[in-house]
Parts: sequence; structure tokens; C-alpha cells
Amino acid sequence: MKYSSQMVAKPYFIFALILLAGEILFGLILGLQYINGDFLFPEIPFNVARMVHVNLLIVLILFGFMGAAYYLVPEESERELWSPLLAKITFWVFAAAGVATILGYLFVPYATLAEVTYNDLFPTMGREFLEQPTITKIGIVLVVLSFILNIGMTVLKGRKTVITVVLLTGLIGMAVFFLFAFYLPENLVLDKFFWWFVIHLWVEGVWELILGAILSFVLIKVTGVDREHIDKWLYLIIAMTLVSGILGTGHHYFYIGTPDYWLWIGSIASAVEPLPFFLMVLYAFTMAKQRRIDHDNKIALTWAKGTAVIAFLGAGVWGFMHTLAPVNYFTHGTQLTAAHGHLAFFGAYIMILFTIIAYCMPIMRGRPHGNCLKAQAVERASFWLMVIGMLGVTFALTAAGIAQIMMQRWPETGALGFMATQAELIPIYKVRFAFGLMVFIGLLTYLYSFFVKEPETVRS
Amino acid sequence: MADRITKNMARNIYFGGSLFAILVFVGLTFDTVQKVPELSNDDQITHSVASGKNLWEVNNCVGCHTIMGEGAYYAPELANVFDRRGNANEEYFKSYLQAWMAAQPLPNNGRRKMPQFNLTEEQVNDLADFLIWTSRIDDNDWPPNIEG
Ligand code: HEM
Ligand code: HEM
Ligand SMILES: [Fe+2]
Repeated sequence: MKYSSQMVAKPYFIFALILLAGEILFGLILGLQYINGDFLFPEIPFNVARMVHVNLLIVLILFGFMGAAYYLVPEESERELWSPLLAKITFWVFAAAGVATILGYLFVPYATLAEVTYNDLFPTMGREFLEQPTITKIGIVLVVLSFILNIGMTVLKGRKTVITVVLLTGLIGMAVFFLFAFYLPENLVLDKFFWWFVIHLWVEGVWELILGAILSFVLIKVTGVDREHIDKWLYLIIAMTLVSGILGTGHHYFYIGTPDYWLWIGSIASAVEPLPFFLMVLYAFTMAKQRRIDHDNKIALTWAKGTAVIAFLGAGVWGFMHTLAPVNYFTHGTQLTAAHGHLAFFGAYIMILFTIIAYCMPIMRGRPHGNCLKAQAVERASFWLMVIGMLGVTFALTAAGIAQIMMQRWPETGALGFMATQAELIPIYKVRFAFGLMVFIGLLTYLYSFFVKEPETVRS
Repeated sequence: MADRITKNMARNIYFGGSLFAILVFVGLTFDTVQKVPELSNDDQITHSVASGKNLWEVNNCVGCHTIMGEGAYYAPELANVFDRRGNANEEYFKSYLQAWMAAQPLPNNGRRKMPQFNLTEEQVNDLADFLIWTSRIDDNDWPPNIEG
């Protein structure tokens, strides 16, 4: 570690991992409710558990991005962070607001939560992923602004690299698009239209810039490849991202009351969206092959390659599967959507956090060459447990989605109703739950790897 | 491929390509906003429909249901529930929805449960108006059949 202020990243990473454990735990609750509708009802209705599940996901990714930025920006900029104190304050404000909101979901009926937070005065609640009370949303804006100020000042006052400029562009884009969360028109179609400005333009737009920047940083560090080379790849990847991803928003505008030219524009533009993910795979493997150094932190490179591959599968392959309008006509809003959402989020935005944590956590703990071999072996086992578990979850949901379409969507007459179809799918949901459990065991194994003792000889 | 492209070329594709995509997207956004009122019968959004939408939100219905294919996949699609359960008759649909909301949670063992929201009669009517309005949006003939 070159600058002491990089240490502020540590609590962000630790908190992100704690939230991840909570997220998966609530995923398992949801998985059980899919099998037995009485599970935890009425204490935790499905919608409440789901809000906790997806809100923890978003918040943990934000914590992870912040940790990553606080670590890599000083190092890239070759100076201390503009204000380490501000970074510490934002951490506690964000953590407290996040915990309070989750407790609100769990212990207060949602309608009451809306009432006591004055949703009537400024309504923003009650939409998927944007369930937070308006006051929490305002809090998120303030936290993100202070974060961007801190990172922005550090970038501006220090050495500017392609990585930091791309990262900063992604972060500013993220803040700008979040502002659409405050726009809630009375017309449901317009509501949906602009809702995707937050959701789609995040995960298939600006977040991919952040992803590319973090991946590039780790690749430089563990392969020692020339920066010119890295910069070129990064530009190519984000060029393809924005060229396809912005108009690709149209793949959500097929069947929600928007004009029908989106059927063509959305299909064509989003059909190109797998390309940047494919480039990421080539990028990670080419850099690994051309490496100039053999870093002892092998597991960091494993995570980097894994991120590229699983993101390509989840976003690229599973995304392409249902992105053409005629296919989407039948798959829209089925378990196939859930299959894709799971593998894409995991591969792209959870695995990149494991990647950056694998690289910088050992350094922050005084182990510049990475963790000892035993700890890396445990971490490698957890890598496979989580990856295979998530692939299992995805295959199970894909099977459930196809069966759902065949029973409920495809037949023109005599189709099975929704609830009857879901009852038929319970055996598949049991398989999904089993693989979900495997993911959770993988995460526990991962967390345990932090506590594997370093051998005495290495330490001295 | 990557060998023949220089860093400068890659950067120019990034700036040029993104600018182009953003301009087209902004243009289409303006056009869409112009056209949505007609596609969705914006003039039929009464006070009751608007209030129904608000109730849909503050009770987090979308945390279990889909509406025009978006939301959660735990409970049935509701953008076409008027077509499915309404007998093409608004009054019929309203009395159906009153009975349905009052009956929750259904006692069937192991069945997925919908909570009791304790809504007033007027609130349920507003929700019904919102769902009736939604069922008439021109959404390119989605879903494929009545089951949603
Ligand atoms: C890392 C990147 C991505 C993430 C995290 C992601 C995540 C998601 C999620 C969570 C949904 C469900 C949204 C909802 O609740 O309604 C979704 C829907 C969708 N995604 Fe992605 N996605 C990514 C990339 C892609 C790509 C590259 C494509 C196309 C090639 C794609 C195509 C789609 C389509 C067509 C839908 C709509 C499904 C439906 O109609 O039900 N996604 N995505
Ligand atoms: C491994 C155990 C997990 C289980 C059993 C599980 C289960 C579930 C269930 C049942 C839903 C609700 C689907 C519905 O609306 O009906 C859901 C939604 C979701 N989960 Fe998970 N989950 C797990 C892990 C994860 C992980 C690790 C991630 C992200 C990396 C994730 C991301 C999501 C997302 C994005 C949604 C919303 C999907 C959409 O709208 O299409 N889940 N999950
Ligand atoms: Fe999308």
C-alpha cells in the first residue's frame, strides 16, 4: 500500500461482505417460500423478504464500489485521498441509513413506513429496487455526492489515468441516473419508461464503466502488463458498452405501452450488448497470458478471470437468450428473467468485488504478497462453491422458466393458470434451493479464509 | 483485431460512439414521451385511477406480482386481471376485487400467501379503477394469452 489513506477502504469492504451474507440469507428465505407459502408468513411476507434481498444487493454493491474507489484512486493518482475524514463519516452515515431502512422494511408494514416518511408529500416509493423511503433516497444522494467529491478532488489534484477518469465518469453517471428515482409520474407507462433509466442504465451502462476500471486496475497490478495496452482494451470495452447499452434500454420497451419502434431498436442494439462482456473475457485471459510478473497473489487473478467469464455467461449469454422482441414476448417476466438477473448480477457485480477484495485486502492487512498458500487454497474452494452454486441456481431457474412458458404462456387455449403452473414447478424450486445453500456455504468458506493463520516463517 | 487498433482509435470510438448513442436516445425519449399519452389513454387517468396507483405503490404489490411483465414472479400478472376476472364488466370486476381482498390470506395449506392489507371499500375501488385503466394500455398485445 503506497498511501495510508487507502486504508479507509477496509470498513467498506468488510461491511459489503456482511451485507452479502444477509442478502443470500434472505434469498434462501425467498427460496423456501417458493416451496412452502406458509414459511415465515405472516411474520415476513414474500414482498418484504424480497425488498430486503434486492436492497441489500444494491447497497452492498455501492459499498463495494466505494471501497474499490477509495483504494485504487489514491494509488492511481499518486497522492493521498482528498479527505480521509469525509470518507469515514460517509461510511457511518451510509451504514446507519442502510441498516435503519432494512429494519424499517422488516418491522414496520410498508404502507405505514410510507406514511411516517411522508411519501404523500414526495412520492417515490413502491417500485422494484427503488422501495426506499424518500428520505433514504435523499440520504443516498448526499452520501454519493460526498463520495464523488472526495474521489473527484483526488483525481483532479493528482495524476490522471484512463482508469481513474473512466471510474469517475461511471460514478458521476450513476449519480445522475439515480435522480430519475425521484420522478414518479401518475402515468404508469411513463413511470416504467423512466424507471429503467435508473435500473438498465446502471447495470448495462455506467456500472460497466466502473466494472471495467476496477478490473483493469487489478489486471495491471497482478500481471504487470504495460499500461498503454490496458488503456486501449478499457476504451474498447466501454465504447462497445455505451454504443450498445444506451439504445439497448429499448429491450425493456417492448410490452409496456411505449411506441412500437422500440421492438426493432431495442432488439438490434441490445443484441450487441454481449460484445463488451465477450471482450472482457478476451481481455482478462490475454493479459494473464502476456503477464510480465508472477504475483504470489494467485487467487486475485482467478477472481478477475472468473468475473469476466461469469459476467459474460450471465449478462451476455443469458441476456441474449431473451433480448429479441419475438422471444421476449414469451419470456417476459418469467423465471427465465430471474435466472438471467441472478447470474448477471453475481458474475459482474459481486465477483468484481471479490476480485478487488482479493487483491487489496491482503495488502491492507500487511501481506503485500497476498495471503498464505493455505488461505488461498480455502478461498479457491469457496470460489468454486459459489460459482457452481450460482450456475446451479441459474440452470434450475432456466428450467423452471422454460416449463412455465410451455405450460402457461405458449398454449393458445387451455393454458394452465399462473398459480397451478407454479405448483407444478416446486420440484425444480427444491433444486434451486439446494444450489442456493451451496452458494451460502461457499460464502461462509470464503469468510473463513480471512481467519486462516499465516505461517510464522512468512510473518517474520 | 485488438492489435491493429491503437489507443487513440479506441478512445475516439468511445467518445464518438457514445455521443451518437446518447443523441439518438434523447431524441427517441422525447418522441416516446409525446406518444405515450395516446397509447395509454392518459386522458382517462381519473382521480380514482391515480389514487389506485398510489395504493399499488404504498402496499408494495409489485413485491409479489408483475404488472405488464415487470415486478416479482411470485404471484400472477395483474395488467390483464380485468380481462381475466372481470367478465368485461367494470362493476362485476369491482365486486370480485372487494371479495378477493377481503378473503386474504387464503387458508389453503402451503399455498403462497397474500397478506391482508385492511383496505377500505373506496380504496379497493380505486385499485380496481387503476387495474382497469392498465388493462387498456396498448402494449403490443402482450401477454400472449389470458393467463398472463
Ligand atoms: C451485468 C449486466 C446485467 C445485469 C446485472 C442484468 C440484470 C437484469 C435484471 C435484474 C433484470 C430483471 C429486471 C426486472 O426486475 O424486471 C434484467 C432483465 C433483462 N435483461 Fe438484463 N442484466 C444485465 C445485462 C443484460 C444484457 C447484456 C442483456 C442483453 C443482451 C440483458 C437483457 C435483459 C432483458 C431482455 C431483460 C428483460 C427480461 C424480461 O422481459 O422479463 N441484460 N436484467
Ligand atoms: C443463492 C441463494 C439465492 C436465492 C435462493 C435467491 C432467491 C431469490 C428469489 C426467490 C427471488 C425473487 C424472485 C421473484 O420475484 O419471484 C430473488 C430475486 C432476486 N435476487 Fe436472489 N437469490 C439468491 C441469491 C442471490 C444473489 C447472490 C444475487 C446477486 C448476486 C441475487 C440477486 C437477485 C435479484 C437481482 C433479484 C431480482 C430479480 C428480478 O427482478 O428479475 N440473488 N432471489
Ligand atoms: Fe436491460
